[in-house]
Amino acid sequence: MGFVVALAAAVLGAAGAAAPSELSDQLQASLARSGVEHPVTAVLLNFRSYDTLLEIGVLVIAGMAGISLASTNALEDPALRSADSLLYALQRWFVPVMLLLAAYLLWAGADRPGGAFQAGAVLAATGVLMRLGGLPMAFIRPGILLRLGLVLGFAVFLLVAVAGALNGEAFLAYPVTIAGGLILIIEIGLTFSIGMILLALFVAAPVTDEHEPEEGGGL
Amino acid sequence: MSLNLLYALAGVALCGIGLAGFLLLNHLLRRLLAFNLLGSGVFLVLVGLAQHGDGPDPVPQALVLTGIVVAIAATALAIVLIRRYFHLTGRTSLDTGNNAGDGGGES
Repeated sequence: MGFVVALAAAVLGAAGAAAPSELSDQLQASLARSGVEHPVTAVLLNFRSYDTLLEIGVLVIAGMAGISLASTNALEDPALRSADSLLYALQRWFVPVMLLLAAYLLWAGADRPGGAFQAGAVLAATGVLMRLGGLPMAFIRPGILLRLGLVLGFAVFLLVAVAGALNGEAFLAYPVTIAGGLILIIEIGLTFSIGMILLALFVAAPVTDEHEPEEGGGL
Repeated sequence: MSLNLLYALAGVALCGIGLAGFLLLNHLLRRLLAFNLLGSGVFLVLVGLAQHGDGPDPVPQALVLTGIVVAIAATALAIVLIRRYFHLTGRTSLDTGNNAGDGGGES
């Protein structure tokens, strides 16, 4: 309780103080050079792209850890599928619309709220729906496709960063003329990878009950 | 401006609820939820407070967006770990005491 009161006092104090505005002024001034028109996307993928690169790295590590914890035969468990015919019928309508929405969010990130992470989340939700409805999802099995999908975004991002560095710019600095195109390429890769990682983490939870007594008995 | 302040104060309340839940609850899933609540409160404070002259400040917004995605990944990984733990030990809380087997949470 005292914690909440102290925090509230701190928030009120911070709200009363005059906000420093040099950072946002700088951002507005250099927005034209970033290659995108929406300030949040510009910050995420151009001015502070180091954060985003490390963020997708964290996601890849989390996805790999989740998959390696799973008992691999549980990744495509028929017992988990719902037999609900209503879900199955709805899914035929929802899946294309959700894929379209993901593509729109990805594209809209350049000049309005949207972007790779939102699109990736919608993509992952589509995958979860498809899995619950029992559509065949062979690509989520552990294999070369899954691994490629997991690291695609990180690899594309790193490739662009290193290519910029080799070209004489700073690490992660894009040439101004093609910054928009590079950001779009990175965002497409990020979207696929984020959707794949979140879906893999959803699927990865170990679910088979048959092995439980032997595994538990060892402890 | 007062609306943003309201957001920040709601974030403060969420922080308090999350911290209390994190300290008081025993069940691992409830603790995870409380921890997420705490994180959401922090995000709400950041977004609510960060306003300058005309509209929201994009830099904290990008910061919070990064934080949200990392929080989702960490939560998903924590759920995988909790399920693994449950399958290996049959317990839902970390203490070695008497409440093994069933719920474990006290609320």
